[in-house]
Amino acid sequence: MNIPLLNPAITAGPVSAGPVLTVAGLEKAFGVRRILRGVNFALASGQSTALIGANGSGKSTLLKCLVRLEEPSAGQITLLGHDVTTLGPRALRQLRAKVGIVWQRHNLVPRLSALTNVLHGAQSRLSGPKVWFQSIATDALRAEAMTCLGRVGLADRALARVDTLSGGQQQRVAIARMLMQHPQFILADEPDASLDPQTGQEVMELLLGLVRQDGLSLLVISHRLEHALGYSDRIVGLAAGQVALDQPTAQANTASLRRFFDPEALP
Amino acid sequence: MTAFPAPPRFQQRRLAEYIAILLALALVVSSFAATAPNLGAIGRGVGRLFAPSGLLMQMFPPDFSRFGPIAWKLLETLQMAVAGAALGLIFAVPFAILATDRLSPHPLVRTAARAIIALFRTVPDLIWAIIFIIVVGLGPAAGVMAIMIDKIGFAGRFFAEAMEETDTGPQDALRAIGAGRLGIIVSAVFPACLPSFTATSLFALEKSVRGSAALGLVGAGGIGVDLKVAFDLFNYDEALAIILMLLALVIAVEQASGWIRRKLI
Repeated sequence: MNIPLLNPAITAGPVSAGPVLTVAGLEKAFGVRRILRGVNFALASGQSTALIGANGSGKSTLLKCLVRLEEPSAGQITLLGHDVTTLGPRALRQLRAKVGIVWQRHNLVPRLSALTNVLHGAQSRLSGPKVWFQSIATDALRAEAMTCLGRVGLADRALARVDTLSGGQQQRVAIARMLMQHPQFILADEPDASLDPQTGQEVMELLLGLVRQDGLSLLVISHRLEHALGYSDRIVGLAAGQVALDQPTAQANTASLRRFFDPEALP
Repeated sequence: MTAFPAPPRFQQRRLAEYIAILLALALVVSSFAATAPNLGAIGRGVGRLFAPSGLLMQMFPPDFSRFGPIAWKLLETLQMAVAGAALGLIFAVPFAILATDRLSPHPLVRTAARAIIALFRTVPDLIWAIIFIIVVGLGPAAGVMAIMIDKIGFAGRFFAEAMEETDTGPQDALRAIGAGRLGIIVSAVFPACLPSFTATSLFALEKSVRGSAALGLVGAGGIGVDLKVAFDLFNYDEALAIILMLLALVIAVEQASGWIRRKLI
């Protein structure tokens, strides 16, 4: 059974009052190249937000800065109640454990099984051999990993080596690994890239399902206009390292969004 | 049709480059002149080898009368090689991790680990054997320790290179999850390096079997001791028997290692 079991509801889920993420005056430069030039925005929890922008607008850099996979040059980031820019190494690790990241490249360990890769998600909260390989994991952890695989419709491929799975299946294993992490916030960097349209749509549905069913918050970069419109509650547009658009998706005008997409990405 | 002139066959070089080429040639020629044997001496030596009382004639037919004791010594040689290689490979892993850019905890630690690996690799195993004979006395224990040190140098370098060359994506993903250093190494780095580690380990075993025979020549146990005694006592026919049995062992190990490599990688 390879059909995703998480289906998005039609309407947005409950939204809590406080922001889950606040970014203020964020700047990032690589040498003299300024990528982010004073980015400001805030995200309410339990929402799906699409981050759009042309190539080189700073989307991926922004995403990495949010969990300090890239060090911000200036500005303030408050994520899940923590001031990210001032956290020490240990506190930063603990914060990252609460943030699930779905990468454009699935970044799974290729020679290992889907089940072991999913089990690795538990390394956010546990350490030691029991979270290294499924063969030596506890029964409880194996059962939990199987549940995560089941939620993405891949329970029947648990022991398949991930490098034998299709691109879409690998992306779903990566999402199952993220579920195993028990995240409170999801960052997705073009999870639909390099997938065929149908599979890309399934992956986006899967992510939106997590927002609707589990109440998680999602910030997703997408280069596909129809995905940005179809799978978000809100759209934030970046242009030249600054927020040039921030509005509910329902109010978004398709024509006005086109300037945030590269011509070849448009349908 | 427009004619295009062909470019020069050779690029014009600078004077410094001509001088460098001349110096390199002078080094090669002077090295031959200082050390290479003359053809006359080689001819006379080969003639002596094949003379009725020469070495080759005295080696044939090989004397297998001590087959049993030699076989036991060969087994001891194999055991030395296996034990030394296993210890060396085990200790090579932490050295390699410390010597790897992305995994080493500190640049100073990385530099120190690389220096130790280079030292272990640069000093020949015969020298290590002499050192360990002084430490633990004559016998196979000194040989095992010499092989271990040699293999830390050999495998440490290749393990570190394999870890440097792996795709960093899965490691970054686990780091982003909040996984610890050990978790990342065991969960992402080792599985990715498994084919390379396996190939290096099997080559290390082959190298150990070949090298362990020579270690006996300085008293570090194994068949080399018997080979040296056979030559010292002019029992060239027994020496040939030892060499042939050693050759059979080396070929068997190489074949087995090749088979395992094909199956696992």
